[in-house]
Formats: sequence, C-alpha cells, structure tokens
Amino acid sequence: MFEGLMQNLVFGILMGALYGLAAVGLSLVFGVTKFLNVSHGELLMLGGYASFWLFTLWQVDPFVSLPAAIVFLLVVGAIFYKLLFGRMVRLTEGEKIQKTLLVGFGLSLILQNLAIHFWTADTRSITTWYSGAVFAFAGVRFPLVRVASMVIAFIAVVALQWFLQRTYTGKALRATVENWEAATLVGIDVQHVYFLSFVIGAALAGVAGALVSVGYSIEPTMGMSWTLKSLIVMVLGGLGSITGTFVGGIILGLTESATGFFLSLTYKEVVGLVLFILILIFKPQGLFGTQGR
Amino acid sequence: MHRIQIALTVLLIAILLVFPLVIKSDSIINLAVYVLLYVSLASSWNILGGFCGQTNLGHAAFFGAGALVARNLWFGGANLFLSLLAGALVAVALALLIGVPAFRLRGVYFAIGTLALAQILYITVGNTFSMISSIPAQDLAVYQLAPRYYLFLGIALLTIATAYVLINSRLGLGIMAIREEEDAAESLGVSALKHKLIALVLSAFFGGLTGGAFAFYHVGYYPQLTFGPEWTFDSMMMAYIGGVGTIAGPIIGAVFFVILRELLALKVAELHLVVFGTLFILVVLFLPGGFMGVWEKMRQALARRVTITPVRQQGKEVGKAEIG
Repeated sequence: MFEGLMQNLVFGILMGALYGLAAVGLSLVFGVTKFLNVSHGELLMLGGYASFWLFTLWQVDPFVSLPAAIVFLLVVGAIFYKLLFGRMVRLTEGEKIQKTLLVGFGLSLILQNLAIHFWTADTRSITTWYSGAVFAFAGVRFPLVRVASMVIAFIAVVALQWFLQRTYTGKALRATVENWEAATLVGIDVQHVYFLSFVIGAALAGVAGALVSVGYSIEPTMGMSWTLKSLIVMVLGGLGSITGTFVGGIILGLTESATGFFLSLTYKEVVGLVLFILILIFKPQGLFGTQGR
Repeated sequence: MHRIQIALTVLLIAILLVFPLVIKSDSIINLAVYVLLYVSLASSWNILGGFCGQTNLGHAAFFGAGALVARNLWFGGANLFLSLLAGALVAVALALLIGVPAFRLRGVYFAIGTLALAQILYITVGNTFSMISSIPAQDLAVYQLAPRYYLFLGIALLTIATAYVLINSRLGLGIMAIREEEDAAESLGVSALKHKLIALVLSAFFGGLTGGAFAFYHVGYYPQLTFGPEWTFDSMMMAYIGGVGTIAGPIIGAVFFVILRELLALKVAELHLVVFGTLFILVVLFLPGGFMGVWEKMRQALARRVTITPVRQQGKEVGKAEIG
C-alpha cells in the first residue's frame, strides 16, 4: 500500500515536471504579451511529432534531436507570430486576451485536423532501446526516460530563469512584464520583446512535446488537454513567477496521481479542472496576487 | 424594423412552417433540423458572447446538461415540455455556478472557467454514462420527424425573438454597454455583474433548451456526445463568421456552416474544420463584423454613392471634373 502510494507520487512528480514546463512557456507569453495562446497545446503536439518522425524516419535518438525540435518550434512560432499574433500587439489588454484566444482557438482547430489528416489519429510514442530501463530505489521504480525528461525540463526552466535574470534581453523582457509603457520610454523595443517571448514560449512547448513523445504518448488531439492543464497551472501557480509555475505543474502532477490512487484513474484527468473551479469559487483572491483585476 | 424587414421575416417563417408539408425527403428535413439546431445554439451563444462580449468556451456544458436531463426525464415518462424546461434550468444552474465566481474577476477567468466546466462534464459523463442512450422501442415505433422539426423551429424562433427583444430593451443597452467599455458603464450605474449574469442565464437557458430538443430528436447516441467541445466551438465560429453581436449573424453563420459542411463532407472528411478554422481566423483578424459587417459596409457604400452623385454633377457644372 505505502509503496504503491510512493510509486504513484513519483510518477506524479515526473509527469508534473512536464506540466510545469508546458505552463512556463504559456505563462511567459501571457506575462509579457498578454496573449492567451490557446494553441499552446498544439505547439506541444508539433514538437512531439517532430521528435517522433525524426526517430521513426531517420532513427535519430529523441534526446539528440531535441535541439532540432526546439529550432522547428522557434520557426513555427515565428511564422505564427508574424502571420497572426503580431497583428494584435496594439490592442488593449482585454481585447488582446479575447482576440488571441479566438485566433489561437482557430489555429488549434486547423493544426489538429491537419495532423489527423496527414499523420492519422493514432496514438504514437517513441520506443528506443533504453525505453524499458528502470532503476529502483527503496522499492520504488524510476523509469530512466521519464527521469531524464524531468531533468531536462528542470534544466530548461533554470536556463530560462538565468536568461531572464542575467542577460540584458532577459531584463528587457521582465521590464516589459512590469510596465510596457515605461519599458518603451527607456528605449526597449517592446515589439521585439513580444516576438522574442512568443517564440521562446513556442520553443518551450516544443521541448515539452518532444519529452512527452518519449516517456508518454502523443496524438493529434492531445493539444486541448495540455492547453487546459497549462492554463490552470499558470493561474494557480501565480502569474509572473517562473519557479512558482514550475512547482505548480509538479503539484498538479501529484494531485492527479493521488486522485488516481485514492479515488479512481478515470477522474485523474478531471481533478485539476475541479481544483481550478473550487479555488475560483472559494478563494479567488488567493491565486494571483496583483494580476487579474 | 422596417416594414419590408417585417414582411420578409413573416414570409420566411411561413415558408419554414409549411416546409415539412411540402418537402417529403427525410434527409432534407434532417438537414433543416441541423440548421435550426445550430441557429438556436449560435444565437444563444451570441447573447452572452456577442452582445455582452464575454467569451464562453463552455457552451457545450449547457447543451449537454439540457440534453442529458431532458432525455432521462422524458424516457422516465415525464411530459416532454416539462423535461425540456427542467433541462434548461439545470443548464442555468451550472451557468450560475461558474458565472457568479468568474464574473467577479476580469480577464481570463470566465473563459478558462467555462472551458474547465465543460471538460469536467465531458470526461465525467463519458465515464459515468458509458452505455449508448437509445430511444425506447415503444417511442421509436411512433417516431416522426415533423414534430421534431417544429420543436427545433419553435426553439430557434424563441431564441431569436428573445435576443431581439433583449437588445431593444434598456437591459440590452446595459449589456452592450458592458461589452463596449465596462468601467464607463459601471460609472454610469450599470452593474456589470448583474448584466453579465442576465446575459449568461439567457444564453445557458436557450443552450439547454436546444440540447433538450436534440435529446428528443436523436435516436441513439453516447451521452458524452452532447458535451463535446465541438458544440461550443462550432456555435462560436458560426456567430463570428456570420457577424458576432448581431441578430442575423448567427443565423447566417449557421446556415453557411451546415451547407458548407454538407458539401465538404462528401469529399474530405475532417478538412471542413480546417476551412472553418481559417475562415474564423480571417474574420477575427480582418473582418470583425463577419458577413453582416461586409453587408453593412456594402450598403453604406451604396448609400454614399447615391447621395454623392448630385454633388459630383454640381462639380461638373463649375468645371472641376474636367480633369478626371
């Protein structure tokens, strides 16, 4: 019983790291641009398929092809920004949220159905020679691939944090989050900052997607569920804090696995959503601090 | 309304009333049923999403709740109309559950909250009611298409009429003022929370009613079907493509959607959604008024030309137009 619970919680943490990574990307974009990109889950799906096809067609190891997935999503993100989202930078905050929501939704519908059309609706995953490798500690099993995925997710978040704290461009990004008008006044090219944060967000989704395709599985319709989880983690984890969002993802992973263990596996998918609505009803002031009002 | 608009509306309703008496093909009536269903669903979404400007991503929850409750009550022997009403009221209760907390906050909370609610119901209903729900044999033996058609027609007309009366009322002006500029409206004494909730309740009520009609119409389906996100997204796209925040917009959008889907479905299965998605993005970015907006612009341009003509002639008289 106890070992079973521990095992579940470990799986929850491993999964949660990927939720965190996905949510960090969404949160970065929302924080800087106030774009609510609901096609974030579809970007993740594209990253997953990039990794899957590189492995299936050319036997490129998914961990080796990670940079390729990142570059692919940087390009995809840049195209979507130039073609669609970049047109909405001049709107007021409320209009931005609403319009990007609608455009993102239309985009996710297109990407989802194109993916079904070209790649079929089948569930896919990458099986490498080391996929089955597991190491055990105190009776709890740790699948090698998922642990490696968690480490990579962690490195990506730390790297992002370093970029935001230590580099000049990162500081410009944070300044834009604080106050874009003041940022413009001190000479920051806010348009460029918007573009940059959008493509970085897309790249983070790409990394998350590639990792999902190794340790778990991908399908063309996975986007909706990943977008919703990222949104919930973003709101619950508190906007503006990268670390907070990442930890929020792990908490969601833990909550899901605990629900799967104590209640039933069928409600695992629902628990995060219920949590979100309960907090919305009973403790709306507790989840976002200064944002949202 | 102009006299000519009233005449056209009456004529259209008359045609719709005699439609099943003249057309004997079941497949065409089924198509008409879907048009009417989407007219009701898109128009009900539009009451909140269009007139009040609050993007509801969980309309499927209201449609599904209406369908689930009405179908089970009706199967249990309750009066059809009472079953429909009960379904719609359950939808309203769900709407208030999410609307009251979410509308106290601005920004993303209502959109995420409604999407979350719809997905919770979608997954939970899929897990709880995993058996196909079919109309019982004794009811199926007397199944007729015409009453279903008239039920959908009635609900569509009721939804449109309600939306029409609403936007021409003081309440409706308040609702639209919230959409335009919430702070300014509040400063003039228009309660944002109250007006948003009224729009939400009406929207959910008619969404639920439409769901109930679907439950009365459809012979057999998995209960999860009615909670699927596509009900929300289809009606939202119809409202936008036709012209969001207008009475005629969702109607035109629904007719366009069903016909285009019918045409495209013959050739390419899921690509009709790619076409709609593209069209939807184009409308949101470049034609915020949808078809209705284009029509309005054309009419204005036409009107301008008519009034400008004499001015040009005047110009000619003084010799200015000789250059051109």
